[in-house]
Amino acid sequence: MHPMSRLFTCLLLAGLMAGAVGCRDAEPRAEIVIINGAEPESLDPAIISGQPDMRVASSLFEGLTRFNAVTGEPEPGLASHWEISEDGRIYTFHLRPDLKWSNGDPINAEDVVWSWFRALKPETASDYVNVLFYIKNAEAFHLGQIKNPDEVGIHALDDHTLKVELTSPTAFFLSLCAFPTYAVVPRDVIEEKGDRWVRGPDLKTNGAYTLDFWRINDRIRIRRNPNYWDNVNTKNEVVDVLPISAANTALNLYLTGEADIVWDKGLVPVHLTDVLRERSDFHTFDYLGSYFVRFNCKDSPFADVRVRKAFAMSIDRQRIVDRITRGGEKPAETFVPLSTANYLPATGLKYDPTEAKRLMADAGYPDGKGFPNISYLFNASTSAGADAKIAVELQAMWRDVLGVEVSLRSMEWKTYLAAMSSTDYDICRSSWIADYNDPNTFLDMFLSNSGNNRTGWKSKRYDDWIAEANSITDLKKRAEVFREAETFLLTDAVPIATIYSYAGFNYYDPEKITGIYDNPIDQHPISAIRKIAD
Amino acid sequence: MTAVTANDSIDEQPQSPGQLAWIRFCQNRLAVISASVLLIAVVAILIGPLLSSYKPDALSDNQFAPPSAAHWLGTDDHGRDLLVRVLHGARISLLVGIVGAGVSLVIGVLWGAVAGFAGGRTDNLMMRAVDVLYSLPSIVFVIVLITALEAVFKNWLDQMGSPALAAISRLLLLFVGLGAVSWLTMARIVRGQVLSLRKKAFIEAERALGISNVRILFRHILPNVTGVVIVYLALTVPSIILYESFLSYLGLGIQPPQASLGSLIAAGASQINPIRIYWWMILFPAAFLGTTLMALNFFGDGLRDALDPKAD
Amino acid sequence: MYYFKRILAMIPLVLLISLMAFLLVRVAPGGPFDKERAPASPEVERALNAKYRLDQPLWKQYFLYLGDLAHGDLGPSMKYRHHSVSDIIVQGLPTTLALGGLSFMFALGVGIPLGFITAMRKGKWQDYAGSVVSLVGICVPAFVIGPLLVMGFAIHWQWFPVGLWGTPMHLVLPTTALGLFYAARVSRLMREGMLNTLNEGFIMTARSKGVSEKNILLKHAFKPAVLPVVSYMGPMLADLLTGSFVIENLFQIPGIGVFMVNSSLNKDYTMICGLVILYATLLLVLNLLVDFIYSTLDPQVKYE
Repeated sequence: MHPMSRLFTCLLLAGLMAGAVGCRDAEPRAEIVIINGAEPESLDPAIISGQPDMRVASSLFEGLTRFNAVTGEPEPGLASHWEISEDGRIYTFHLRPDLKWSNGDPINAEDVVWSWFRALKPETASDYVNVLFYIKNAEAFHLGQIKNPDEVGIHALDDHTLKVELTSPTAFFLSLCAFPTYAVVPRDVIEEKGDRWVRGPDLKTNGAYTLDFWRINDRIRIRRNPNYWDNVNTKNEVVDVLPISAANTALNLYLTGEADIVWDKGLVPVHLTDVLRERSDFHTFDYLGSYFVRFNCKDSPFADVRVRKAFAMSIDRQRIVDRITRGGEKPAETFVPLSTANYLPATGLKYDPTEAKRLMADAGYPDGKGFPNISYLFNASTSAGADAKIAVELQAMWRDVLGVEVSLRSMEWKTYLAAMSSTDYDICRSSWIADYNDPNTFLDMFLSNSGNNRTGWKSKRYDDWIAEANSITDLKKRAEVFREAETFLLTDAVPIATIYSYAGFNYYDPEKITGIYDNPIDQHPISAIRKIAD
Repeated sequence: MTAVTANDSIDEQPQSPGQLAWIRFCQNRLAVISASVLLIAVVAILIGPLLSSYKPDALSDNQFAPPSAAHWLGTDDHGRDLLVRVLHGARISLLVGIVGAGVSLVIGVLWGAVAGFAGGRTDNLMMRAVDVLYSLPSIVFVIVLITALEAVFKNWLDQMGSPALAAISRLLLLFVGLGAVSWLTMARIVRGQVLSLRKKAFIEAERALGISNVRILFRHILPNVTGVVIVYLALTVPSIILYESFLSYLGLGIQPPQASLGSLIAAGASQINPIRIYWWMILFPAAFLGTTLMALNFFGDGLRDALDPKAD
Repeated sequence: MYYFKRILAMIPLVLLISLMAFLLVRVAPGGPFDKERAPASPEVERALNAKYRLDQPLWKQYFLYLGDLAHGDLGPSMKYRHHSVSDIIVQGLPTTLALGGLSFMFALGVGIPLGFITAMRKGKWQDYAGSVVSLVGICVPAFVIGPLLVMGFAIHWQWFPVGLWGTPMHLVLPTTALGLFYAARVSRLMREGMLNTLNEGFIMTARSKGVSEKNILLKHAFKPAVLPVVSYMGPMLADLLTGSFVIENLFQIPGIGVFMVNSSLNKDYTMICGLVILYATLLLVLNLLVDFIYSTLDPQVKYE
């Protein structure tokens, strides 16, 4: 047989074999398919910090409260009601009478205590353990300064009652209780399986769903948990969650009907947002996130506050929002987004090129003469991302208004983070998403001892303000103190320059899917989503 | 009197191999067309931006404008003129391709020639090293190289007093990095050629005469591998340019606001979607790159055919 | 015997490569646990480093890693903290191999005939047309061809799905997008090989003996002509495995190609080392196979 035909027969056979390996039994499509963003790093609610992770984890594990699907406000979860003391420090939670795990085992207050202590232990390496530090002595226990768990403000009074003591009144504590770090996890499964405990299908859950399987880079399938206390309100049976991080792929899958919902702010192709917004299945809403730049306040030239102000005032936020992001973001003169709860808008710096020029001249660099070489640090992302485009715009703005040539320095993500945390930059792209719906999550970033500060700026006056605000129970007075602090931060201290507040978005066809409500913290419990029958 | 015959040529100088090669090359129509295309491209790249009233990083409000009389190739997402961007990008791409290929050429040829010529244990060791390096996925190496060295490199250049060089530190790193992952195949090929050449009689003769190895290497071996090397170079330049394009796709290539054809194509690739295509943003950079690389390829083929002594 | 020695030699080679990868990934700044928010507390940072042995001296980390390797344990992934590297590889490898294998078949199945035809009809329109097609395949990157194929065949004409994996229909577009570049390369190499072989002395001999042109091309010239293609098969397979990143990303195929790039960007040390070891082993095995095929085709090549 001629070598060429031999070759082709071999190729054909091998091709058939490879094809057979490549195919799987076609599984029936899940009732609802959601494109969720990046692959979750873990589904263990105590350690996760990414939003895609949290969305899936909170469908499996619940805490004392949960987020209301419509308003995003905290509402009773595993706890049916609670009392709060006069001074706002003591919360007494009452668990529902017959809570069960998905396999029928009962859930009681001891489970809650165990879960919270587990998150607190350093060995668990919880990325969000700091949300537990509002509890009395929790931080000290975590740092090993206190050894006796009884001194920590978490106590089970009986099987169904839990008493929590806080260090000081915390207006957003109930929101925190809905946070995955506070979720209740199955002790016996964890003690038995160690690191591999989050596996389907024999995973014990207490949330609306159980885990059918988790195939990395493929999909996560979750299924209704009939033993969930609110199971009667779970509006679907089986949901597939797909980990896709390429915006165009997500769009294609959605447009051909392979996916019903796309929700993750990283999945909208920036150059298409203006045309997508015209569609009825594209929904944007205000979202509690802020895009801003940090200044290195330790070293010259940004050690001079006039230079920082000049740079801040040369940013034409409207242009960036209109021409680059185009997704409904709002140009932000404040750091805290305007739709945050318990918030009174502060005063920030306006776009004022004339004043900016004057300040630069004042600082000794008229028209940018003599200004040292500086660079703007930002993260490299695939070409569909907005960060590079915003960088190019900012560079042009600073050049046109101030006469300063800023070079652009892009680095891949981890290197960028390392440079940002060691303050190895001149100006640096930054962003922050709220952990909970309250100004504190934004403003406490710039405390002197906050690891998230990363600007080299500190002020005792600011620290005192934030501490004072957090000790006030009257929400209006509290908001006023925050406002003073933020105005100081943005107009006098200027360690950062604000650019815009995020817009969240999702794709779904309102004729086919219902149960997703826009709220500023982007919380959409999967159990509320319902497919409208044809 | 004897009639003048075709044997008049005996009185002329015999044509040198170079002249013969040139004649052969000119007879190859496709190669000549490709050479002219390349020449036009090079002229356009060098002179074009000077003739245009637009600068490559001049932002404007005229975003995403389709091709028109004012902007022959349209504008991009920042309102910059695409024609000027493409020409500047071509400069950088060709620079990266040529210098990167040059780096891989120098390292690869020297390594392969030395290994093939020395033979025995040295050859074994050197080729084992190539095997080991081959087994390392290049993308891992390039990512590590770029992330690890960039800050260091930039600071070093800054301190040496050349902030202009510091600004292009990423470009320099790309030259080194891309060249460093491309020399392996060149080394293997050259070594193969040298091994077979080594056995040829005239080399044995030279050695018997006591001529130094280095001289043999440079005078006889290397010129004879030129053919293979040229063909391989014709494949390396495009592959380096495309690798840079892949890096730009990942965000690690040329830094904004600079652009290379690769980064323009990577940015344009995201324009291919069913909702709305700004077709000029992908078509023109890709067409320019494709045409140039094809011309380079046919040119390389023509050169190889012209220089190949067997074709006589 | 030769092959046995080669297999034995693979082991220290793979170990050397694992050491290189181990050191290389730790050179770049940034670590696996850096996130946009600062570590929640110094204790958490300390606990993470202790859990993944990052607080120990390098040589000790490497030795412990070797110890795990000896048990077949590639370690836990530093990014996907509840999955082990072997888990992820076992889940994704068959898919990537299937995709790579099919693209390999496509590349040979399309490239060899194309190269053959363009060589046979050198200088005529078939040559020009075929060469232009193959050069387009070489010069246009996969992340342009992929979306174009999707736009045309999946969205506009709706013959194939836009992505995901599972049925034979899902295989077509990714294989074409990935294989096209290599088909083009193979066709160029095949053409090269044919043209070179046709100039050789033994072909002239065969012609002078009156062998038909068809037999010359198919019987005498083909075997030696296909040798450069065979040499290229090794690097091609290797590239297919890493190059699948773009295609797997685009079509959302659950393979391990994405991990190759993403773990380097995420500084997931264990994952990178695991993948490098896998890749190196595969490559060495494939090269062995290629050398074997080469030796059956070229009687002059003898290994000692």
